[in-house]
Amino acid sequence: MFKDNIASCVRSLANEESVALDRRGFLRLSVGTGAGLVIGAYIPVKSATSGQAAQAGDAVFNPFVTITPANKVIVLSKHLDKGQGTATGLATLVADELDADWSQMVAEFAPANAALYKNTFFGVQGTGGSTAMANSFEQYRKAGAAAKQMLVAAAAQAWKTDASKITVSKGVITDGTNTATFGELASAAAKMPVRDTVTLKDPKDFIYIGKSFPRLDQKAKVTAAPVFTQDIHLSDMLVAVVARPPRFGAKPGSVDAVKAKAVKGVIGVVTIPGGVAVVASSTWAAIKGRDALQVTWDETDADKRGTAELLEEYKALAAKPGLSVRKDGDAEKAIAGAKTVIDAEFAFPFLAHAPMEPLNAILAFKDGKATIWSGSQLQTIDQSVAAAILGIKPEDVAINTQWAGGSFGRRAVYNSDYVAEVAHIVKALATDKPIKLVWTREDDIKGGYYRPMYLHKVKVGLTESGEIAGWHHRIVGQSIMEGTAFAASSVKNGVDATSVEGVSDTPYTIPNYEVEVHNTKFGAPPLWWRSVGHTHTAYVMETMIDEIATRSGKDPVAFRLAMLEKHPRHAAVLKLAAEKAGWGTPVADGVACGVAVHESFKSFVAQVAEVRIADGRAKVDRVVCAVDCGLPINPDNIVAQIEGGIGYGLGAVLHSHVTLTDGIVDQANFGDYEVLRFNEMPTVEVHIIPSTEPPTGIGEPGTPPIGPAVANAVAALTGQRIRTLPLAIHKLAAS
Amino acid sequence: MTKLLINGREVEVTADPDTPLLWVVRDELRLTGAKFGCGQALCGACTMYADGAPIRACVTPIESVAGQAITTPEGLEGRVAEAVRAAWEKHDVAQCGYCQPGQIMAAVALLNGKPTPTDTDIDEAMNGNLCRCATYGRIRTAIKTASETLQG
Repeated sequence: MFKDNIASCVRSLANEESVALDRRGFLRLSVGTGAGLVIGAYIPVKSATSGQAAQAGDAVFNPFVTITPANKVIVLSKHLDKGQGTATGLATLVADELDADWSQMVAEFAPANAALYKNTFFGVQGTGGSTAMANSFEQYRKAGAAAKQMLVAAAAQAWKTDASKITVSKGVITDGTNTATFGELASAAAKMPVRDTVTLKDPKDFIYIGKSFPRLDQKAKVTAAPVFTQDIHLSDMLVAVVARPPRFGAKPGSVDAVKAKAVKGVIGVVTIPGGVAVVASSTWAAIKGRDALQVTWDETDADKRGTAELLEEYKALAAKPGLSVRKDGDAEKAIAGAKTVIDAEFAFPFLAHAPMEPLNAILAFKDGKATIWSGSQLQTIDQSVAAAILGIKPEDVAINTQWAGGSFGRRAVYNSDYVAEVAHIVKALATDKPIKLVWTREDDIKGGYYRPMYLHKVKVGLTESGEIAGWHHRIVGQSIMEGTAFAASSVKNGVDATSVEGVSDTPYTIPNYEVEVHNTKFGAPPLWWRSVGHTHTAYVMETMIDEIATRSGKDPVAFRLAMLEKHPRHAAVLKLAAEKAGWGTPVADGVACGVAVHESFKSFVAQVAEVRIADGRAKVDRVVCAVDCGLPINPDNIVAQIEGGIGYGLGAVLHSHVTLTDGIVDQANFGDYEVLRFNEMPTVEVHIIPSTEPPTGIGEPGTPPIGPAVANAVAALTGQRIRTLPLAIHKLAAS
Repeated sequence: MTKLLINGREVEVTADPDTPLLWVVRDELRLTGAKFGCGQALCGACTMYADGAPIRACVTPIESVAGQAITTPEGLEGRVAEAVRAAWEKHDVAQCGYCQPGQIMAAVALLNGKPTPTDTDIDEAMNGNLCRCATYGRIRTAIKTASETLQG
């Protein structure tokens, strides 16, 4: 989702200080060298950018590890956990190298401080692109190993013995005679010098990595503890709800706030750049106040096109040459000389992310310092955007990152749209009271930042024996990255890598392969949605390959394997999924299997879906999945992410679409923006390929293959090749 | 003033009688276990009980439940609730966790009425509770585990 060198781009977003190092909170900060050890001995005081100061008596070993007198090991997660299990994963890395006991591990979120907590792949502090474990794997292990080294040194000093005689196991330090807990030695240990090098464990000695330990946030979530931004009440806090224009690009014109202000509890109505905010003493009063608000919108710049008009434009564009993405050989010539030609057009709708916790953020601004409470996914950008609006320095914006009730991409926004809204409201009200911005579900479904609508036009020429002679592929849709701070790293010669990923880098050996793209403009802002470009490219590639195999009379698995000779990891997951699913063996009457394999975020996933048709709809009974995501850190969490990725993708493929009529979104809530419900969840069986390769993504890679796997089964059952999503708009009939 | 009986405690609230129970409980009583997910009784995140039966608090005016015994996720107690929570932990059900208080309310209500539910019973009881993390499979397993615990 993101590429390297984003820090330089972000600087231009607000000002040079947006990623300035904030060392004021740290009396000693040393940055290691050599193997990139970025831990140091330092003593934190309450930093301007840290809401989570260490409690008195806590021993801070490094930016990632704190040990309390009560013997708890607190691991500060630099990444947002929005359900994907990252906080537990990072704690696992520390616990293993520290030889802690699992019961003493605690996960909390790090403050916003890019110098200490940047995503090493992005250059800014942020979570996305399924990079959390990959960019933290060594960093957090080293933090744990260094803390252990310091504990051992403190024990050696206290017991007047040699460090080599001391062992640590399950949170207990001993030299055979004396024993101590981490908590007992922590205070002395944190003052020990930090050596430049630490020795990491041999993987055969891992005690937690590779095993499944339960999530550290599970108990709080099961007992309904208030862990989300939505649950926070601050003294004097007000709640804001924003009326936004019905058409994208419109602006507030005239505002009649008389009736809104008459609603009990409404305190103020303020116009901000994107809308009109109603601020009240309670959420319900703010919602009722907004209902009573009368706004005339200035539609000078409003986009009045609907889905039908966009589709016509996209089709017209697809008939013309686009920007060249890849050109191997001469596809047009090969297709012209082919025995058979498949000419296919695919249409993908706009999709809202619809996380269960609607968007929200709290901002308090007092004495020139701002504090944000939010499930912040791009802390550095949130800081920069809020600072620019409030006219302060980014380091004067502290962020208390909260557990987020889902995101799927929506809480990571290149312009921090919802943080900007609350900052504008605070500024317009000129208040020092904290303001909680709350989006309703309707705001979420109608609010843009969608997975863009895309059209693919694919022409494939086949030889007499059914082999691919040439493949011509045009993609039409909005670029997610163009015009954002991420463009410099993701857009080259006008081609946004996220528009074409999954097609431009196909693993299949295809002679005469040509890919082009057309970037379109539309009023609704585009955004990454769980697995980004792969949400549509995997569907096109894997249904096309399947169709070609079927037309050529070849087995879809064998056909793929023959073209994956240079891609053993793809081939391995495909073979494993096929074997575990019993591919090729008889299935029940009325049931068919569909297969798909796709790489995303450096992980490889194959799925076989068992599907039947009931009442004209596809019903998915079972999905067998094989995944290679490098070294499995927590296998059960890998399973959970694959289950979730399948469910999320399946809901969209079966049901979800945002459509527009005359520029106005037709859907409003879960009644018409339908997502996967309980009775539609298939049984999911996950097989993890053992690996010692570095860990790669797992939050997103489960999503891309499910759509094509299901569509391929539907084709086997009905003969219908579904090329316009969602499936719900088609009446399916078993043939 | 509306008198409400929340988790066994009688409270008087000043909100207008047509105010949804969810917002009174969350904003006024500061019990945040029941969540705001849709505001239209479409997702189940706000599930509470009125006299033991699940309701969608986001569309329930407080005047309509005055005098009834309201249970929020914080007030959910007893053998069934304990078994359900333990099963949720055992199967590491929650991912983002936002919908889970509502899921647990729905599951406990199911097991109160049907101690050994079939898959169809589970589908029917849980279909109104959305989970965007799609933890549905684990919820089904956890309900069965809780049922077994309670039988044992």
